[in-house]
Amino acid sequence: MTITVIQFGGSNCDRDSVQALESLGFDADLVWHEDGLPEDVEGVVLPGGFSYGDYLRAGAMAARSPIMAEIREAASEGTPVLGICNGAQIGCESSLTPGAFTTNESARFQCEHVHLRVENADTPWTSQYEDGEVVELPIAHGEGRYEITDERLDELEAEDRILFKYCDEDGTVTPEANPNGSKHSVAGVTGEAEHVAVMMPHPERATLSDLGRTDGRGVLTGFAD
Amino acid sequence: MTAFTATVTVRLKRGVLDPEAETTQRSLERLGFDLNDLRSADVFELDLDADSADDAAERAEEMAERLLANPTIHDYDIEVAQAE
Repeated sequence: MTITVIQFGGSNCDRDSVQALESLGFDADLVWHEDGLPEDVEGVVLPGGFSYGDYLRAGAMAARSPIMAEIREAASEGTPVLGICNGAQIGCESSLTPGAFTTNESARFQCEHVHLRVENADTPWTSQYEDGEVVELPIAHGEGRYEITDERLDELEAEDRILFKYCDEDGTVTPEANPNGSKHSVAGVTGEAEHVAVMMPHPERATLSDLGRTDGRGVLTGFAD
Repeated sequence: MTAFTATVTVRLKRGVLDPEAETTQRSLERLGFDLNDLRSADVFELDLDADSADDAAERAEEMAERLLANPTIHDYDIEVAQAE
C-alpha cells in the first residue's frame, strides 16, 4: 500500500511522515501539491509544518490549493486521509473535518509531550488502542486550540467523532492537562466518515523506537484498516 | 468601471477566546491604562474596479467567504468607498 504525503511550501514533517510510514511497512511517496494527486492514490497524509508561513491563519492558504479538492474527492470515495498538526489545520480549513484550530490559550507556541485518552477505539486510527487507553505523543503548535460551537461539539461527541482528548497521565481530562485550551480538550476528530481524521499531536514523531516512545504507531497503522 | 476600495474587517465571533487580545490588554494595563475590554480584528483593504459599489461589495464578500474569514470562528463586515 502506498501512502501519498503532500508537500506544501513550508511543510516540514513530510519526510518524518514518510520515514515513520516506511518503518511500519507502508510505501510512502512525497508529492508536491502543484503536481496533483496520483491517480492510484491509496492513502493521504497532510503533514505538519508551517505552510505559507501560517499567513492569514494556519493552514488557510494550503487549504485552498487545488490538490485539496482532489483530496476531498478521493476521501469521499473512501481513500483514508490523515491530517497531522498543520495538516489538521489544513483539514479543518478545507472542511474535510469540522471545527477550527486557532491560537493556543497561552498565546504561545508549545512544544511538549502530552497524554491523550482514546475516546473512540472503533476507528481505523484508534483500533490498535482500547477505549480509555492513555497514550503519550508530542505536540508542537501555536494554533492548536480546537474551536467550534457548543451545539456542534455536542453533536460530534454524540456521534463518537472525537478520537483523542488531552488528559493527565491517569487518563483524567482536566483543565490543567489541556495544553492549549481546546474545547472539551479535543485533540483529534474525524470527518463525516471515520476514514478521514485530523489531530494536532504528532504520531509520526512517536513511531521510530530510536526516538523513544512509539505510542503513535497505532495511529499510522490505521492506513492498513 | 470605477475604482473602489473595499475594506473587509474580520473579527473573532463574540465568545471565542482571543488570547492575543487578552495579552495585549494585560500589557496596556501594566502600562497603567484603564480599560474594560480589548478586541482585535484583521483589516483587509481591497482595491478593485467595479461597475458599482454593490458589485464591489459583492466581490469582497465572496473573497471573505472563500478565504479571508473562517466562518467557524469569524464574523466580518465590508465597507466600500470610491478610491481617492
